[in-house]
Amino acid sequence: MTQSLKFIVFFLTPLIVTLTTPSQATSAEYITLASTTSTRDTGLLSSILPIFTKGSGIRVRVVAVGTGQAIKIAKNGDADVLLVHDKKSEHSFVSDGYGVKRYDVMHNDFVVVGPVKDPAAIAGMKDVVKAFGKIAHNKSIFLSRGDDSGTNKKEYSLWHAGGIDTTKASGDWYRETGSGMGATLNMASAMNGYSLADRGTWLAFKNRKKLKILLEGDTRLLNPYGVILVNPKRHPHVKAAAGKKLIDWLISKEGQSAISAFKISGEQLFKGSLKQKLTLTR
Amino acid sequence: MIAQPILLLSLNSICFKASGKQLIKELSYQFKVGPRSIIIGPNGAGKSLLLKLCHRLLEPSQGHIQWHVEAENKSNTAFHQAMVFQRPVMLRRTVSANVEYALSLRGINKAQRRARTEEVLGLTGLNHLARFSARVLSFGEQQKLALARAWALRPKVLFLDEPTASLDPTATYEIEKVINAIHDSGTQIIMTTHDLPQAQRLADEVLFIHRGRLLESGPATTFFAGPTNQFAQAFLKGDLLMWDRPETKMLGD
Amino acid sequence: MNVFFDAISLLISADNDLLMIVGLSLWVSLVAVLVATLIGMPLGAATALYKFPGRKVLVVILNALMGLPPVVVGLLVYMLLSRSGPFGVLGLLFSPTAMIIAQTILVIPIIAALSRQIIDDLWVEYAEQLISLGASPTRRMMTLLWDGRFSLLTAVLAGFGRATAEVGAVMIVGGNIDHATRVMTTSITLEVSRGNLALALGLGIVLITLSLSINAAAFLVKEAAENRQV
Repeated sequence: MTQSLKFIVFFLTPLIVTLTTPSQATSAEYITLASTTSTRDTGLLSSILPIFTKGSGIRVRVVAVGTGQAIKIAKNGDADVLLVHDKKSEHSFVSDGYGVKRYDVMHNDFVVVGPVKDPAAIAGMKDVVKAFGKIAHNKSIFLSRGDDSGTNKKEYSLWHAGGIDTTKASGDWYRETGSGMGATLNMASAMNGYSLADRGTWLAFKNRKKLKILLEGDTRLLNPYGVILVNPKRHPHVKAAAGKKLIDWLISKEGQSAISAFKISGEQLFKGSLKQKLTLTR
Repeated sequence: MIAQPILLLSLNSICFKASGKQLIKELSYQFKVGPRSIIIGPNGAGKSLLLKLCHRLLEPSQGHIQWHVEAENKSNTAFHQAMVFQRPVMLRRTVSANVEYALSLRGINKAQRRARTEEVLGLTGLNHLARFSARVLSFGEQQKLALARAWALRPKVLFLDEPTASLDPTATYEIEKVINAIHDSGTQIIMTTHDLPQAQRLADEVLFIHRGRLLESGPATTFFAGPTNQFAQAFLKGDLLMWDRPETKMLGD
Repeated sequence: MNVFFDAISLLISADNDLLMIVGLSLWVSLVAVLVATLIGMPLGAATALYKFPGRKVLVVILNALMGLPPVVVGLLVYMLLSRSGPFGVLGLLFSPTAMIIAQTILVIPIIAALSRQIIDDLWVEYAEQLISLGASPTRRMMTLLWDGRFSLLTAVLAGFGRATAEVGAVMIVGGNIDHATRVMTTSITLEVSRGNLALALGLGIVLITLSLSINAAAFLVKEAAENRQV
């Protein structure tokens, strides 16, 4: 073998081999759904989406990030459908022309979790704003998502309602993790701190250690999810027909019962919102 | 000498400077076709530099070097030359691949490369090592391979820079045998050494260099019988080992 | 310690999903490293061998870029490939191709800088001999790349290690989509956020084992070839 031939064999063969090996990416029709970590981390989407794919032939690729980032991804046109839980930003997403229309799809609720010892003594309280007041007064460690997610926005509104300025306590008893729900719960269980979590992620969460639910049931803790088709007038490449099919399915009888049927250790995580009055899970 | 000697290579008052130091000074010489020319002198005299200047690895800062042999390919006189260095540079391939590589650079076809490689390995007694990795050979074998690689190119001139500097007497003897064989095959030898007995064994003509200057040159027999230059006399006596020693400086310039 | 046993038993029951994740990890990182090798190695060799204006600046830049933060590269590629970015029309965001692009950018400086060093050292040894033999500049580069192949393999392995271990860039540009762009490192991150520490550790063990086997295989190839007598 001449040297140049050897040269080609040594350096190029691996490339040719890898490039001719087919990629795992499937060529079937798919849409991209920008959603929140809560819908994925609980396992809800991987439980209900295969039913939709089976009926429609459309695969759904889920990019799960915080609500804030999910909305940005959708605004950039990098997703076809948006499934998040922050009504206010959802409405402005539609009114600013990024989305076609918002549909109520499902809801669950938030819970306040904290250490079993409960240093701020909030266990059993019914008023979440007052409970937050006690946590602040007692300077008990509170882990905030701090990532502009739906849960984070809900939490801000609760502090605000009680007139508490958390910016001064940041880094002291008020700790902003800047991470997803799961990572924040991991830190809460490691630091024996309080946190606000959506019930779904909490039920699916495996590393609870000495954490438990201390407060639930306040109507202000209701957590509705909305689904929106990204506006094809703004981003012409959006797979509007397939995206519309997903939305139609989610709010159909079949989709709604699939959502309601999803359970973790016997507990229902989400309730379909269609033609039902918004009620608390408990 | 009855016939007019044929000129090979002229050095016309060449100078070489590096980092402000004048390492070769106003050096002129005419190499003729035929004799084995041995350049001697103490360490640091500029012997290796001179070879590298002749071989065009370095360009003189002043003066010029003129080749008188007809080049087959006029664009590159280097194709008529080869050089073997003090430390043999072995490519990371087999013994025969080292020779074939050099031949391939001269655009020689595959069949000829094979034949010539086999020929020079036979002539240098390396045949049995042909398929070994060149870098596992002993130092003496590596130097022999370096000679074989140069020889395979059939150069008009072969420059040898202290080819036996780090070898034991047996290996030195073997290398000298190969050098003589190369000379007998019609290749001109221009070689440096600081080993006086070796110079006496191999030289037809001698160039004595000290501090970058050519101080004496002439037929080997005349030179070794009694050099006229005082530094050359001191060198033959073994009193001139390092050119920058204090006692050598006392001799004046 | 229980977590450790759980992790190992999860691996023994390895399912298709795990195989797919491992496969995609290898595929993305291998292609990225190959592309980065084809660009970075000649770039490094050229920086070592040829004199051109800005060469020293390039050397400093390449050395500095070896420590490029993956999230920054991820963000950069995200902005380029986003539908709102300059290459949005290609629709590559959240695809394995996007992950390959990001990892290639991360790995090029590593391979280029290490290759430059290796070729530079080899050139010191070979320079006079190759010029003496009359090798053209292109031929010199080919010879040095070939003769330095086993040392250069180390540079490629360093690049491969970087590619398989990073999570920041592939998370942003791949989106960690199940059955599409989920790789070892993003799965580990996901399982940690689910509080599934056993599974996360199990995946970590797979990743470390893979990287060990690849390095061991490369080491054996290198040893065998360097000590080859016949």
